[in-house]
Amino acid sequence: MSNTMLEVRELTTKYITRFREDVYAVDHVSLKVEEGKTLGIAGESGCGKSTLALSLMGYYFPPLHYTSGEIIIDGHNITGMDPDVVRKMILGAEIAYIPQAAMNALNPTQKIIHFIEDVIQEHDLYVTKKDIYERARILFETLGLPAEVLQKYPVELSGGMKQRTVIAVSVLLLPKVLIADEPSSALDVTSQKMVIKMLRQLMETGLISSMIFITHELPLLYNVTDDIMVMYAGQIVEKGTAQETVFDPLHPYSKGLMGSIIVPEKGLRDVKLAAIPGVPPNLKNPPAGCRFAPRCKYVREECTLHSIPMHEAAGRRAYRCIIPEKELREIYAKEAYRNAR
Amino acid sequence: MPVEKELYLSASGLTKVFGFGRQKTVAVDHVDLNLYEGEVISIVGESGSGKTTLAKMLLGLISTTEGDIYFQGKKRDISTHRKKKEYWKNIQAIFQDPFSSYNIFNKIDTVLLDCIHMRGGRKFPYAKKVELMTEACSFVNLKFEELTNKYPFELSGGQMQRLMIARIFLLKPKILLADEPTSMIDACSRATILDMLMQLRKEIGMTIIFITHDIGLAYYVSDSVYIMEHGKFVESGSADDVILRPKEPYTKRLLNDVPKIYEEWDLSTV
Repeated sequence: MSNTMLEVRELTTKYITRFREDVYAVDHVSLKVEEGKTLGIAGESGCGKSTLALSLMGYYFPPLHYTSGEIIIDGHNITGMDPDVVRKMILGAEIAYIPQAAMNALNPTQKIIHFIEDVIQEHDLYVTKKDIYERARILFETLGLPAEVLQKYPVELSGGMKQRTVIAVSVLLLPKVLIADEPSSALDVTSQKMVIKMLRQLMETGLISSMIFITHELPLLYNVTDDIMVMYAGQIVEKGTAQETVFDPLHPYSKGLMGSIIVPEKGLRDVKLAAIPGVPPNLKNPPAGCRFAPRCKYVREECTLHSIPMHEAAGRRAYRCIIPEKELREIYAKEAYRNAR
Repeated sequence: MPVEKELYLSASGLTKVFGFGRQKTVAVDHVDLNLYEGEVISIVGESGSGKTTLAKMLLGLISTTEGDIYFQGKKRDISTHRKKKEYWKNIQAIFQDPFSSYNIFNKIDTVLLDCIHMRGGRKFPYAKKVELMTEACSFVNLKFEELTNKYPFELSGGQMQRLMIARIFLLKPKILLADEPTSMIDACSRATILDMLMQLRKEIGMTIIFITHDIGLAYYVSDSVYIMEHGKFVESGSADDVILRPKEPYTKRLLNDVPKIYEEWDLSTV
């Protein structure tokens, strides 16, 4: 029996631009992360992945505003809490967030250990510096980082090392959920592998109970996560296990996304990469009905009439398309046959 | 290597040294390169392996410390500005960062008009120029009517990179040097950019040098692959040979570091 660490029900958040326009970047998103599981979120740039990550923390600052929905972390509902309380009690302690360029968070004039002291003392004033050092050293050694890093300045560390240091610092207060928003996109492949290894280590040693991993790189997502959700224009369009979503996508958008995977493996050169034509819609006034309809190859008349709900599919999967599962599979099979010739 | 094809660009013993004395850095170390007509080659290496320095030397943006570059059998001469311009009619580049590739004071019309002028279209009537620009934009799925009177920074990264390809379409160079053209773009637009480059190759018979750190990308696009480490080519050969049957430990390591989907990704060796 596994506990649900993070549950989000119908969360909607919006940006208010300086022209007083509402941009719904996260639109009725529901998700559930269970203990010991990693949830992946995939999607193009500009589809609302990072906004979702920010919204999940329950800490909103302009231009991001909360509209509706509920966030429940390990049984506690944090919606509607005062932002200051959220910052003190929730961020870092319950839910930690690694932003895209996490390594830029380090202050170039401070040693790493001072940065750590700041983090801990923000949540607990009565810890001595000696205790903090000891705690940080033990954590760094568990994660395979040299303890000398603590006494260094950020400029003395390489990009990969900085990133790993920030990840280590973010789990100092033993959060329950870690949100990693493209933690490796600015790194080269070797450092990327080290970061991924470290994230796996965090899960294995039980320092964090569950993780949300956000990236647009699908091979990476497949290797890290248990479940994958595909996001398009602020909505979830498909969810399922990593295996199912990558090898047997249902929604036409996920199908296109998976068709653009490039891996140095046999058979890559035989297939033509599937490129999705067009650009994602402007969320200021999203298209009526299915938001993917203007770019969809299999678009029908009914698509643009009314908004499409999530449809259940075999297993625990769900997808947002009006075409029934069986029919979709037939279409894809036909297309694969045509492409093979 | 087919013999009947023309040797377009070749380099022998190409070396670049930055600094001197204790700060001496050998960025590119005696590199030999042969590029035949219509071929697509990729140069793969980690950051700091000297890929971009090599590209800049081939383009003539920086001087070479040692070694010669031959263009169409003759030794390349870019001693004067006029000769350099003549050389750049034949070799063009797409750079990694589309945001810094444009002159921010020039409108998109100017960017494209410059290309037409460079191809000797200075005396064309304006209607013909517009026709050419529209054709180039539609090749890369952009609408020219929407782009007129706009500045490059008003576009998204993917659109800018496509505009760069539209430039190449107008210039029709013999050799295109693509220096990490897709590294700043997300995975979905990447396929579009690659498709366009490959179509360009088909249409105007262009020779492409791909510089990338993504070994999967190199495998997808190129006929032959050169693996670069610390300024030297450690392994080269046809794409299938290098990627599927690597011999050098460095190539094996590079391949091992990339996440895979059909095989198990071994995380133990870092």
